[in-house]
Order: sequence, then C-alpha cells, then structure tokens
Amino acid sequence: MAEKKGLLKRLAEGQVWTSIFRGGGVPKSRRQRMMVVLNSVFLHLHPVRLPKHAVKLKFTWCMGGLSFFLFLILTISGILLMFYYRPTIEYAYTDIIDLAEQVPFGIMREIHRWGAHAMVITVWLHMFRVFMTGSYKPPREFNWAIGVILLLLTLLLSFTGYLLPWDQLAIWAITVGSNMARATPFIGSEGPGAALLAIGDINFVTMSSDIRFALLGGRFLGEATLLRFYVLHCIGLPFIIMIFMAVHFWRIRKDGGISTPV
Amino acid sequence: MSELNEEKQSVTVPPASPPPAALGKTDDGSQVTRRTFFSWLSIGWIAFVAATGGFFTMMLRFFFPNVLFEPVQTFRAGFPEDYQVGEVDLRWKSKYGTWIVRNGEGIYALSTTCTHLGCTPNWLTAEQKFKCPCHGSGFRKTGINFEGPAPRPLERYRIVLSDDGQIIVDKTKKYQQEKGQWGDPEAFLKV
Ligand code: HEM
Ligand code: FES
Repeated sequence: MAEKKGLLKRLAEGQVWTSIFRGGGVPKSRRQRMMVVLNSVFLHLHPVRLPKHAVKLKFTWCMGGLSFFLFLILTISGILLMFYYRPTIEYAYTDIIDLAEQVPFGIMREIHRWGAHAMVITVWLHMFRVFMTGSYKPPREFNWAIGVILLLLTLLLSFTGYLLPWDQLAIWAITVGSNMARATPFIGSEGPGAALLAIGDINFVTMSSDIRFALLGGRFLGEATLLRFYVLHCIGLPFIIMIFMAVHFWRIRKDGGISTPV
Repeated sequence: MSELNEEKQSVTVPPASPPPAALGKTDDGSQVTRRTFFSWLSIGWIAFVAATGGFFTMMLRFFFPNVLFEPVQTFRAGFPEDYQVGEVDLRWKSKYGTWIVRNGEGIYALSTTCTHLGCTPNWLTAEQKFKCPCHGSGFRKTGINFEGPAPRPLERYRIVLSDDGQIIVDKTKKYQQEKGQWGDPEAFLKV
C-alpha cells in the first residue's frame, strides 16, 4: 500500500524539518499557514495574514518595507566595511581611499553610502504616505510615535556616519551640525536657560560640560569625536533602532494589520 | 511577602468579617507595617534600584572626560617685530586657529572660528575681508561681521608679552566685541 514518497516529502516530514518548523509538512489549511507565522520568531512580528489591499503598491508605496530592506543592506555592507576601516585620524581617510581603490569589491563602500542616502529618503516618504493615507489615526497613533523615534534614529545614523570618512566635507558638516547643539535649551552652553544653571560666578553648563561636549568627547571636533561617532554609528544606534523596529512591526500586527484605504 | 504575612496573622488574629470593599480600607495583611517594610526583600529591592540608578549616573558621567587630548591652548607667537603693520598673519591659522593682526597701534589675536556655525573663513587680501566658505559670512579685518548669517564679530584671544619679549596668545580667554570686551587691556597688545 505504501507508495514511495518523494525526497522532498520525506524531508518535510522527517524529524529534522518538523523539529525546526512545527506543524509537520507543507501547510495546507488556513490554520496551518497561520501557525507557520506564529511559530517563527521572525515571522511572528508580522501580521499573520494580509488583506489584498495591503500589498497594493498604490497604497503603501512599499516605503516602510523598502526602508527595512535598505536597513538590512546597510547592516551587512556596514559590517563588511568594518573589516577595513580604522576610526583614527591617522587612518580613517586613507582607509576609505583604500576601499575605493584597492579592496576587492570596495564598491561596498558606495553601496553603503548610497544606501544610507536612499534610506533617509524612503523613511521620509514612508512617513509622508502614512500621513497622506491618514494611517496615523487611532489605533495607530502609538506606532506613529514609534515612527517618529525611528525617523530620528535614522537621521542620527546618517549624521554619525557622515563624519567617518574624515574628509573636509565630513569635518565641516559635523562642526556645523554639532555647533547647533550649543543652542539646546538648558544643556547647551549657549542655549536658553543655560545661564540659569549657575551658582554665583560658576556656570555649570559651559563649553566643557554641555551636551555638545558629551557628543564630541571634547571642546573641539577631534580624535575623540571620531571614535565616539564610530561606536555610536556601528553599535549604539543600530542596536537601538532594531529594538524600535521590532516594536514598530509588532504594533502593525497588534493594531490590526495595515490600515484600510477609505 | 504579604502572602507569608497574611498566613502568620491569620493564625494569631483571625480576621473578622472583611470590611466592604467600597470603604476602600485595605485589610491588615496587605498593610505595610514596620516589619514588612524592613523585610529583606524590600531592602533587596531598594538596593537594586539604588545600584541601577547609580550605574546610570556613572554612565552619564562617563561621557564627560576629565583629561582632553586636544592641542594646547596657549602658545608663543614670536616677537612683535615679526608682524607687519596692516597685515593679517596666517602662520598660526592651521596649527592654533588664530590670526594675528597688527595695525598702527598694536596687535590682536583673532579666532578663526566663524561665529555662525564654526567653519574657518579665508582671508581675502584683495577684498580685505574674511570670507566663510560654509554659508558666506564676511568679516572685516577687525573681526566685525558685515555680511552673511554670522550674528556677531569674531572673537579675540588674550594676547600679552612674556618676560623675554615674546607674544603669548592664550586661547582659554576670549573677548567678545558685542559684550564690550575688546577694550580689555589683554585683548589688545599695544606696541
Ligand atoms: C526606520 C524607519 C522605518 C521603518 C523600517 C518602517 C517600517 C514600516 C513598515 C514595513 C510598515 C508596513 C507598511 C508600509 O510598508 O508602509 C510600516 C507601517 C507604519 N509606519 Fe513605519 N517605518 C519606519 C519609520 C516610520 C516613521 C518615520 C513613521 C511616522 C512618523 C512611521 C509610521 C508608521 C505607521 C503609523 C505605520 C502603520 C501604517 C498603516 O497601518 O497603514 N514609520 N512601517
Ligand atoms: S559657518 Fe561660517 S557662515 Fe556658516
């Protein structure tokens, strides 16, 4: 009676496969298909099923998905760049030249740079479409707030990465950018309210103790800044943004999937 | 914690009929008494919260180094005779971020930091002005701003003579024109 099973079928019903993917074999019923999603630590962040309109390009522009895709590309290409790039004043600039001219497939650097520009654009466009479709309305207002944090983190990643080539553009862009931090209320040395935080003649928020100082690791842009930005760019910010992305995706599912066009 | 306690008390003082919930009175068991407050568990929690708070404070302070590996802020700039009257001297520009300018009456040390957002302007001899490449601020030879977004004049550094007659420029002390500080005797070296 036992007809011979194909190799694929035997694999799909074997112990190795079923121990990894519970539920046994190729999902056939709707319930089984849902279980596949629910049983995967990665897939379960995603809604278990998608309404037809949700995959229409016209509605989402796929901008959130593209942002995430670009983030993955940036993570992979970025980790690869770390194998060649040294964040010191002596080597940073020349290591970038080395990547451009000597390293096999040093185009990885271009991929990372263009990808970074693209991600900033797609995140803005994603926000724009969420706004235009009114998808920020309850029950999705919390996910909008998470989104604002994601936007901020994306811009901070872009800002910290900008310094790393240590060329003229980098140094002056970060000089200008970090000087704006002086004007932060209360915690920037030239910001409103900073002068209030003083006892007699002693100012507590000065050029050597304000928020800009903590950002630069000194009073001026220098080696300490390069190292600080490098650590933030390669570890600190990606770590934080991944946590918020997980919450973002999970909330889409919990808010009832992607909103419905009116 | 409260569960243990409840058991203990219910042995000695059996509770009368519980008060109606509407009165909002908590029953004895869940009340924080002196004993329960100082239980090991509370102490443990308080210690944990304090340690965590302490660690976050450490983390914050960690970002503010005490010793900076930055270029020195005070330098010797040679003798007054080394500088020509009417010229903007560029020799300390890249190393110490300072222009030394001599006029008919004396010498002053100008900061090369643009007062807009911190780029380094260029001295244009033909036009007799400092011009910032970033957003186009312009400053006169005196340091007074006259075009572009810079909101105030360039700063001047403390400039004095040492015992051997050399000029000492001290960048830790700044003089701002808009605060009327350029009149300070150490903001201008009379020669
Ligand atoms: C790192 C940046 C971000 C990533 C990777 C991301 C990813 C996504 C993805 C994949 C979706 C599914 C729908 C779609 O693709 O359009 C989505 C939905 C959503 N996003 Fe984002 N997002 C980011 C930033 C933002 C920002 C800046 C905002 C707004 C301030 C935002 C607010 C929302 C909201 C409210 C939804 C639900 C939309 C709906 O139900 O129609 N997100 N996000
Ligand atoms: S920094 Fe000089 S004009 Fe903006």
